[in-house]
Amino acid sequence: MTTINLAMAVVLAVLYSVGFYLLLQRSLMRILIGIVVLGHGANLLLQLAGGPPARAPVLGTALPEEFADPLPQALALTAIVITFALTTYLLALGYRSWVLTGHDEVQDDLEDRRIAATDRPDGSMEEDTEGGDDGEDPGSAAASNEPVESESESDSTEPAESAR
Amino acid sequence: MSTLVTLPVLLPILGAALTVIFARSARVQRLIGIVVLAAVSAVAAVLLVAADRGGVADHQQSGPVVVELGGWPAPVGIVLVADRLSALLLLISTVVTLAVLVYAIDQRISDYGRDTASTTFHPIFLLLSTGVSLAYLTGDLFSLFVAFEIMLAASYVLITRRTNASRIRSGMTYVIISLTSSLLFLTTIALVYASTGTVNLADLAGKVAALPPGLRTLLSMLVIVTFGIKAAMVPLHFWLPDSYPNAPAPVTALFAGLLTKVGIYALLRTQTLVFPGDGPSAVLLVLAVLTMVVGALGALAQNDLNRLLSFLLVSHIGFMLFGLAVHDPHGVAGTALYVVHHITVQATLFLVSGLITRRTGTVSIDQMGGLARRSPILAILFAVPALTLAGIPPTSGFVAKLALLQAGAGGTVGTAVVAGFVVLASLLTLWAVARVWLRVFWGAEKEPLPDADPTDELVVGTAKTSQPMYWATAALIAVSIGIAAAAGPLSAVTERAGTDLIARVPYLEAVLG
Repeated sequence: MTTINLAMAVVLAVLYSVGFYLLLQRSLMRILIGIVVLGHGANLLLQLAGGPPARAPVLGTALPEEFADPLPQALALTAIVITFALTTYLLALGYRSWVLTGHDEVQDDLEDRRIAATDRPDGSMEEDTEGGDDGEDPGSAAASNEPVESESESDSTEPAESAR
Repeated sequence: MSTLVTLPVLLPILGAALTVIFARSARVQRLIGIVVLAAVSAVAAVLLVAADRGGVADHQQSGPVVVELGGWPAPVGIVLVADRLSALLLLISTVVTLAVLVYAIDQRISDYGRDTASTTFHPIFLLLSTGVSLAYLTGDLFSLFVAFEIMLAASYVLITRRTNASRIRSGMTYVIISLTSSLLFLTTIALVYASTGTVNLADLAGKVAALPPGLRTLLSMLVIVTFGIKAAMVPLHFWLPDSYPNAPAPVTALFAGLLTKVGIYALLRTQTLVFPGDGPSAVLLVLAVLTMVVGALGALAQNDLNRLLSFLLVSHIGFMLFGLAVHDPHGVAGTALYVVHHITVQATLFLVSGLITRRTGTVSIDQMGGLARRSPILAILFAVPALTLAGIPPTSGFVAKLALLQAGAGGTVGTAVVAGFVVLASLLTLWAVARVWLRVFWGAEKEPLPDADPTDELVVGTAKTSQPMYWATAALIAVSIGIAAAAGPLSAVTERAGTDLIARVPYLEAVLG
């Protein structure tokens, strides 16, 4: 079992909490940065898992007792490449989202929108920030049945108004 | 013999490279894909026989076939291990992948329209298969992470191909959730390495047992959360019904069949080998009940056929968790059998759903009706896997559920109570698929909706089905009937696999020598 020094523990705590905080944001850019920060945290933790800094292994410049553990470094290297590649992919996806929808906001899922629609008096599926692109959603045909009841309610109020 | 173990990983990744070289010719790409997957299936079958019979491996009397990569012995080097469980799951996964590939080729999602060959679909598809094979075979926690990343990176591309405004949302949810769980996995590996100094699973088995109980519980819980996200275990399931239904039918079928099951496999492997408990795990039992009930109730509330099937998928993840939670040879054997059955049947249902939505032009159950009269073949293709999923005798679902129920009844009072929930969730499943049957296949005939976007071959579209799509679906149904027919020998294999997993000794001896 290895112990790590306090400074590193604090740095890790900051990286992880900032990372998870950013993950919970609506904007895809912030989520992306959150994943980058979180990835740095995980890779740093992987580094620290190898124990305190020591001499370079294998090269023959130090005694075996003075070697740093090379395995976590190899693991961290692999993990850095993987997180880098996937971050790039997410960035491309965010750009695509911006091209297609004009914003990079992560939308509510369908279920949330249906529940929000039943709560609203007019039963509309419109979100506050945008709308319109939901029409192509294969599931929206299912959701479009929801507002029927509230529409009939608004129908029934109209004659009353015209009578007045 | 032991070199055979590397082939399920090497063949698809080399095949993927070849399909990139032959990107100009769609026909060659298809041929490579089909030949590679057929070869991997054959290798997996040989491995299963070898791992089950024992004595085929060069210098081992029996049990798992092990290969040490680069000649470095464990725990220094990376090992690939094919024991009964991994060989069995590898075999069924590859067969399902092959059927889905045939279906996908004939849905023409493998290429963009008539003229241009797609340069992405086939390489990515084979890479996904590589990741799945490596995840089943690896005996190393970090390789497992790499396998997950290969598999997930391939799945990101498949789920976001030809993105439009609606597909990008579901793709984004999926990618972000998967990345988060991958980073959690990385954190877990770092903590495991810091506390034990090894990432070899067999080596970990001994070293984790020596840790203080608090630390051991923490690591175990982290592993459960990490793989729980991948396996869509309630309350970590929310991403699945939101992202899977928007992908094209074959891609959804592949994801539903394989990806969540790889998560279950990883849970099964780590919980039995590295974090073995002594008796039923209360946490997993509660999670299993939640997953079964929430998934089944969610399915009943759906009007979208694909979303309904996705919720049923979540529900049945609970069944597999239950067998693992019982944590005795019978329970683990039941889970193994259930995974084999469920990979086949869930993939089949999504393929059938693809056929249905192509015919009706919609995924909304309300807008379908009277399909049984218009297409009796489709009705049969839906009815058989639906009844299998619900577990009506004599289907493979019944066999697998019976194994789980027997394990639950043979355990403690707690497991017997949860076994009751298994029955309840099965009934709810039956109710959900019966509702689909009533509203889609019976009732007044409704005209199919016009094709919303004729150039988009990925999701719904009228009439564009081809014979091989039906054959591929029928072949998977035949596999599932085969599982039911071979229930005796198959459950004997899973029983032996369960005994080995709980005993741990065969695996440890094979890897550490």
